[in-house]
Amino acid sequence: MTVHLPVLQVVIPLLAAPLCALVRHGRIAWGIALATSWASFWIAVQLLRRVQAEGPISYALGGWAAPIGIEYRIDLVNAFVLIIVTAIGAVVIPYALKSVEQEIDAAKIPLFYAAFILCLTGLLGITVTGDVFNVFVFLEVSSLSAYALIGLGQDRRALTAAYQYLILGSIGATFIVIGIGMMYVMTGTLNMMDLSVLLAELGPNRTIAVAFGFLTVGISLKLALFPLHSWLPNAYTYAPSAVTAFIASTATKVAVYMLLRFFFTVFGWAFSFDVMQLDLVLLPLALIAIFSMSLVAIFQTNVKRMLAYSSVAQIGYIILGISMASVTGLTAGILHLFNHAMIKGALFMVLGCVMYRVGSVEIEAMRGLAKKMPWTMAAFVAGGFSLIGLPFTVGFISKWYLILGALERDGWQWWLVVGLVLTTSLMAVVYIWRVVEAAYFQDAPDEVGEPIREAPLAMLIPTWTLILANFYFGIDATFTSEVAGSAARALMGIAP
Amino acid sequence: MNVLGLVNYWAFIFLMMVGFYILISQGNLIKKIVGLSVFQTSVFILYISMGKIRGGTAPILMEGDPVYSNPLPHVLILTAIVVGVATTALGLSLVVRIHEAYGTVEEDEIHDLDVAEAE
Amino acid sequence: MSPEVIAAVAVGLPLVSAFAILALGKWPNVRDAVGIGTAGVLFTLVLRLVGPIKDGLRPEYPILEVLPGVSLGLKVEPLGLLFALVASFLWIVTALYAVGYMRGHHEKNQTRFFAFFAIAISAAMGVAFSANLFTLFAFYEMITLCTFPLVTHHGTPEAKKAGRVYLGILLTTSIGFQLLAIIWTWQLAGTLDFREGGILAGTASNGVLSVLLILFVFGAGKAAVMPFHRWLPAAMVAPTPVSALLHAVAVVKVGVFTILKVSVYVFGLDLLGTLASATWLAWVAATTIILGSLVAFTKDNLKARLAYSTISQLSYIVLGALLANEWGIIGGGMHIAMHAFGKITLFFAAGAVLVAAHEKDISRMGGLGRTMPITFGAFFIGSLSIIGLPPAGGAWSKWFLGMGTLEAGQIGLLVVLMVSSLLSLVYLLEVPVRAFFSAPPEDAHRGEGIHEAPRLMLIAMTVTALATLGLFLNPGPFYELMRLVVN
Repeated sequence: MTVHLPVLQVVIPLLAAPLCALVRHGRIAWGIALATSWASFWIAVQLLRRVQAEGPISYALGGWAAPIGIEYRIDLVNAFVLIIVTAIGAVVIPYALKSVEQEIDAAKIPLFYAAFILCLTGLLGITVTGDVFNVFVFLEVSSLSAYALIGLGQDRRALTAAYQYLILGSIGATFIVIGIGMMYVMTGTLNMMDLSVLLAELGPNRTIAVAFGFLTVGISLKLALFPLHSWLPNAYTYAPSAVTAFIASTATKVAVYMLLRFFFTVFGWAFSFDVMQLDLVLLPLALIAIFSMSLVAIFQTNVKRMLAYSSVAQIGYIILGISMASVTGLTAGILHLFNHAMIKGALFMVLGCVMYRVGSVEIEAMRGLAKKMPWTMAAFVAGGFSLIGLPFTVGFISKWYLILGALERDGWQWWLVVGLVLTTSLMAVVYIWRVVEAAYFQDAPDEVGEPIREAPLAMLIPTWTLILANFYFGIDATFTSEVAGSAARALMGIAP
Repeated sequence: MNVLGLVNYWAFIFLMMVGFYILISQGNLIKKIVGLSVFQTSVFILYISMGKIRGGTAPILMEGDPVYSNPLPHVLILTAIVVGVATTALGLSLVVRIHEAYGTVEEDEIHDLDVAEAE
Repeated sequence: MSPEVIAAVAVGLPLVSAFAILALGKWPNVRDAVGIGTAGVLFTLVLRLVGPIKDGLRPEYPILEVLPGVSLGLKVEPLGLLFALVASFLWIVTALYAVGYMRGHHEKNQTRFFAFFAIAISAAMGVAFSANLFTLFAFYEMITLCTFPLVTHHGTPEAKKAGRVYLGILLTTSIGFQLLAIIWTWQLAGTLDFREGGILAGTASNGVLSVLLILFVFGAGKAAVMPFHRWLPAAMVAPTPVSALLHAVAVVKVGVFTILKVSVYVFGLDLLGTLASATWLAWVAATTIILGSLVAFTKDNLKARLAYSTISQLSYIVLGALLANEWGIIGGGMHIAMHAFGKITLFFAAGAVLVAAHEKDISRMGGLGRTMPITFGAFFIGSLSIIGLPPAGGAWSKWFLGMGTLEAGQIGLLVVLMVSSLLSLVYLLEVPVRAFFSAPPEDAHRGEGIHEAPRLMLIAMTVTALATLGLFLNPGPFYELMRLVVN
């Protein structure tokens, strides 16, 4: 049984998804989704422990050994990403019950959970597989279900947001297939490990360079790297609350994982950074993303949109860490992958609670909310602290490594990077504080209808679980930072 | 190899650019989906072309020692076609829903409606 | 209890009491008794640390490792102990005072107020006993955040605006400069521990270390060195007990304490003396001293005048640290204590005037000395200490600071100290002089006879005023602790 864990990680949700669609009853579908997400989380924990104890796991699908068959290969990097994705899933699904019952037609709820679990399947599939074409297939599984999920939002603009995401996402995916095809034509293999060996033997080559370009653009579209982020703000803003919480903290993270996998494992970091000089592209884009998107976030009136822009900025932090091409920088990037998932997951869940009771997430509508929903708003403040990066929160750990990584590098331009990271932390104070001031210092608007009460416990408990995780992993970051550090060394090919 | 020998690849690039151009230039949501389909189809040609071997035949076990075309790209593209169909179907169904909600499938009109609603 | 455990309990106890206070919100008497009781227990605990420290023990209490090599931990050393003694003693007094003030002034949300107050003390203890820069930074930020609701207690638009300035400046300096300085130190020295003799010597060129010093000094925004001083006057919108304890003792002293601790245990005096920026920063502090005093003159609002006086006095301590010699450090450390006792007396008196006579402006305080003799008597004694005149404790710390400037060969700085003392003589003594000798304003309605503030407030004020006098007669305990720091 335990031998098959890598494939079960994907197969269980894959089978659960049609089951959800078949039962035609919202609560039962939810129950199936819940069981699936928790099972997935359990499997991910087992896998991480095994990888930590025994080193990378290789699983030949259907008994066909690589490179002929499809290999599932799990090392520290993707074991860590699996934990992120499944943990968020395991927290969001219990939360979704109430939120979804309010925001989505009863008839569509089973289908909603089917799509949700399918999306989880796709994300997990991308993460476990060691076969590049398999990556594309799972990418489409997760993307198509994500488009459908986003299109279920209450506002009609959700439809156009989903459409826009579909167009750009498909372009990105197609670029990725083109890149994969070019690698295949040069090497005759699709297995990542095999590719990395063969590509290294092949040496620099124009076709490979073009493949590299296509993959860079395709993956950057998927992870919403500035300036390819235009699909993200609308998609996050108009999607149902539970979907935003899930997708914001997993989809872009898995895309970053793809970037790491392709550029560090498949191409090798020496090729990516020395020959192709990827850092010359990524670094400026990351810096622009961090600064401009933080600035844009300050001027938003819709809090969900504000956090969406903040997400693009935070993705910039992750890319910044990666583009340092050093162990510390890469550790920072991988850590922030984990940390940002928890920060944004928690904050979007808070907004879901607000949506549930107030029906709007405009700053105007949140005036005076602290008195009526004290726990919800306290969660927002706590999550905001983490986003700002105050000590004892995960955000601080990320900032620590990012700045340390920049300080290690010589040259005046790295001082600009340090300055920018610190400045944008303070910009986060500004946009978080706009909400805090509205909720705590302004008088509530006149109420019509039922008075606003605290969010139901079924939503508050998952939200606070994530908030507390923000603090737990901020106070005792030895586990995450060691895993991220070992993962970074493994990616750079340095013995731990 | 001469230019003509690479005709498949030229077709791939031409179709890719046509599809991409339609995607960017058209404001009609359905036409965009058409562009997307053309764009994705171009990739199929890329894959199938690279699996072809001159004089190669279908990979069926036969007497003698015939030259086979590489079957793997075909299999991959079968998957990609399924993905493309799914994408098109989902895209078109979104367009149907957009038409129900907005009464139009023109991007600029939708934008105007959104702006009007915001005000 | 062993000294290590005492240190941990000193940080944890106020935090626990904060939750107790929240839980007891419905029974104000029990709640306030818990608050005052905790304060008393805390002080006795801290007092028990004095013996072991004088015996040369440096108890350490590691809490946990946050990142590989970066840990959260406590360590008691003389400088921190001095600060903890001052803060915990004044917490008792302030707790008494605050109960009287909050009830006398009919403030709302008292439970929230006392709870955050307790958290602030817990964080101040954490800063005092921090074993390394990370711990110090974490508790430093905790103070910033948990005093924000205290500053904006009234929830009015002015409070909100002041809160923005408060948070804006404190977070900008701490995240922008201090955090950077800490990570940079970690990168250079490979450790963040406070060690005798410092950890930075020989790790980088003097130019780099000079920049680092600038980052540390301005990064401690709570020390209110100009141009990062605006938050302190802004914070005066808070209820007076907050201004008293937090903006005369806990918050601002955390700032200067950080600078002292960094000077002694991160840079080390030997290294500090060789840095060019130390002299430069000493002159920035000197400028702050003079400008703060001058601005204080122009303020008619009593609390605003005290705020600018605080800005000026804080830079005495910063200056002492940057002189990089024994007398400067001793003087700076003792001024933490002396200024705290003096200034808290002044704020207590200001709050008493507000509660009993509803007056905020100095120009309207004429004649109040006759109705509130104890209040203005205390104010007079407090003023003497701030000015540095006998028979008040402030005379000692100013004396040592003056010796420090001489030893550093900076006659100019000595002149600055003198001039500033003269200025404070005028702007502080104006208040009691006016109260005792001027006629009341015409539109004021003052009853006959004595009309003092509630008794709890008077007791608090009297205790701190007497302590100020006592510290002149016997500055020994604090002096001995500071001697341990420099030896």
